[in-house]
Amino acid sequence: MGESLCAQTGLIRGHGGDEVEAYLARPSGEEARGGVVVIHHMPGFDRATKEIVRRFAELGYDASCPNLYWREAPGAAPDDAAASARASGGVPDERLIGDVGGAAAYLRSLPSSNGKVGVIGYCSGGRQSVLAACNLDLDAAVDCYGAFVVGTPPEGYPLQVSSLVDQLPRLRAPLLGLFGKEDSHPSPEQVAELDEILTANDKPHEFHSYDAAGHAFFAVDRPSYRVAAANDGWERIGAFYGRHLAGV
Amino acid sequence: MCTYATVQTALEGSAKGPGSSWFSVTDGTVYFDHPVHAMAEHTLNIDFADPAKGPSARVAVELTAASARDLVNAIQAALDSAPNDLTL
Repeated sequence: MGESLCAQTGLIRGHGGDEVEAYLARPSGEEARGGVVVIHHMPGFDRATKEIVRRFAELGYDASCPNLYWREAPGAAPDDAAASARASGGVPDERLIGDVGGAAAYLRSLPSSNGKVGVIGYCSGGRQSVLAACNLDLDAAVDCYGAFVVGTPPEGYPLQVSSLVDQLPRLRAPLLGLFGKEDSHPSPEQVAELDEILTANDKPHEFHSYDAAGHAFFAVDRPSYRVAAANDGWERIGAFYGRHLAGV
Repeated sequence: MCTYATVQTALEGSAKGPGSSWFSVTDGTVYFDHPVHAMAEHTLNIDFADPAKGPSARVAVELTAASARDLVNAIQAALDSAPNDLTL
C-alpha cells in the first residue's frame, strides 16, 4: 500500500433518507479494505476531526465522517454549527443511528470495501459509537472517553442524552474503550461499571485507561492533549481494527 | 469532560458580530464546556445569537471560570451604579 490518499466532502444518505454532508478519505489503490465511520466530538465537524478521518485512510481504511449538525446548520462554520446544534438540544439518538448507518452503508458500497465497517467516536461521539454498535451491524467499535454510556445525566439536562445501560445487552460488535484516569465524565468508576456490565453480558471488549490523562487526550489542538496516551491509543486502535476489519 | 449542561435565555439588545456588522440579539446560550479557541480545558461560554438569521449570526465568548465570575460581578456593579429608574 502506498501513502497516497484522496479526501473530499460530499453528500450521503443519512437518517430518514436525508442528504447529509460527509467527509470521505480513501487510500489510493483498489485493494479490498475495511471502512471506518468517524463520529465527531461535540465541537463539531472541524479541522481536527477531518485530520482523524485522513489518518484512518493513511492507516489503510476507507473512512467517512458524517456532519451530525448538517440539518441545523448546512454550510456553517463548524463552531457556529456546534453552537446551533447545542442550542436546539443536541443530536437525537435515533438520528445519530440513522446517520452512522448511512455512512456505514456508503462505505460498504465502495468497490474497495471488504464488507467490514468499524465505528469510532470521541467525547460525545464515544457514547454515540457505543450507541451505534448496539443498533447497527458493525464489525468493531471504539469508544474514546464517551460520557453517559453508564451513569445518569443530571436531572433537567437540556440535551438529549441518556445512559445506554439498557441497550448494552444487544451490543453487536467488539468494543475498544480508551479512557483517561483523570477524567470525571466518564469517571474511572463508570469505566469499571461499564467493564463489569459488558463482562456479565459476555460482550468482547478491551479497555485501556491512561495515567496523567483526562478527557480529550487525543485532541491535538487542545490543552487536554496527552502525547503518550494518544500515541498508545492510536497503536491500540490500529491493532484492534487490524484484527476486526481486515480481510478481502 | 463534556458537561453538556446548557442554559438558555431570551435576550433583547444588539451585538457587533461577523463582518463587523451589528445585529439584534434575541437568544443567549450559556454553558461550561470545552472552548473552541481559549487555551483552557473548560470555559464558560456565551453565545449571543439571532437564530432567525442563521448559525453565523453569533458572537461567541469563551472565558475562564474566574474571569466569568469577575464579569458577573462587573455586570452587577455596573447595573447597581445606574439610577434605579433606568434599570427596571
